[in-house]
Amino acid sequence: MPPVEPGVQYADLEQQSETAQLGMWVFIATEVLFFGALIATYVLYRASYPAQFRIAGHDSLILLGSINQAILVTSSLTMVLAIRAARLADRRALVRLLLATAALGFAFIGVKGYEYARDAASHSVPVIDFVFKHGYRAPAELFWTFYFIATGIHAVHLSIGIVLVLILAARAARGAFTPLYHAPLEVVGLYWSFVDCVWFFLFACIYPLGRAGI
Amino acid sequence: MSSRRREPLGPYVIAWIVLLVLLGLSIVGAYQPLGAWHALLSFGIAATQTAIVFIVFMKLRGRPHLKWLFAAAGFFWLLFLFSLSAIDYATRNGFPTH
Repeated sequence: MPPVEPGVQYADLEQQSETAQLGMWVFIATEVLFFGALIATYVLYRASYPAQFRIAGHDSLILLGSINQAILVTSSLTMVLAIRAARLADRRALVRLLLATAALGFAFIGVKGYEYARDAASHSVPVIDFVFKHGYRAPAELFWTFYFIATGIHAVHLSIGIVLVLILAARAARGAFTPLYHAPLEVVGLYWSFVDCVWFFLFACIYPLGRAGI
Repeated sequence: MSSRRREPLGPYVIAWIVLLVLLGLSIVGAYQPLGAWHALLSFGIAATQTAIVFIVFMKLRGRPHLKWLFAAAGFFWLLFLFSLSAIDYATRNGFPTH
């Protein structure tokens, strides 16, 4: 059963929910710095070796990256619609939208896995299997190192999000959320959309490079 | 009906469409001969998409306004990271050229 009374330290459930959301915003601020440091490193190396980054970036798979961005953007929509369904007390829509969000998350991971397999087949995995092809010099390996570290960490974040959304779906099916009490949905929704935002920047770092000529 | 009026669907769907259009722009822009402007276009689109998600999907608009402070804090500190790194980059000659 959903709690009908707020914790003793809160005036009401709304204040409790707002506090939980502020907590997630603090966590997101730390994540901004975490991914920001990664992207700052990328910017410095790209500024230092622009031609090598264009050559290496041209070998990234822009179609798969774009499909994945469309998947993530759509999953953010289904997540926010799930929260809306909770506010409207539409339990069936809530559960379905949460499951759709998790399914889109799995789809992203699936496409990413296929992309990694293609990258591996073209010998673009630094340290493990890296071939210096058509004009590659040492900084090209830097690009691919950034690619695997950044997208790998992003995939870990998304996987955590999928688990959280599935837990919420199970709780929602048991009627845990009401229009008054659905703070966990709001908090996980913030996390999910933020992971989506990280992808916007990783996409900008990786896929458009070298498309208009090297 | 009153509850539905308070929970409009439109802004979410419009934001989703705009995000997909921006993705399309990013892809088309990548193939245009823009030279050094490519980076500005790519990161400008990413920043715009992030702003849309923050404001519409993550509901930065509306109460409590304290959320803005929390959301801005990370980016404020990021500014230090980028500016100090840029100063180091601009004043050091240590990078080998390739």
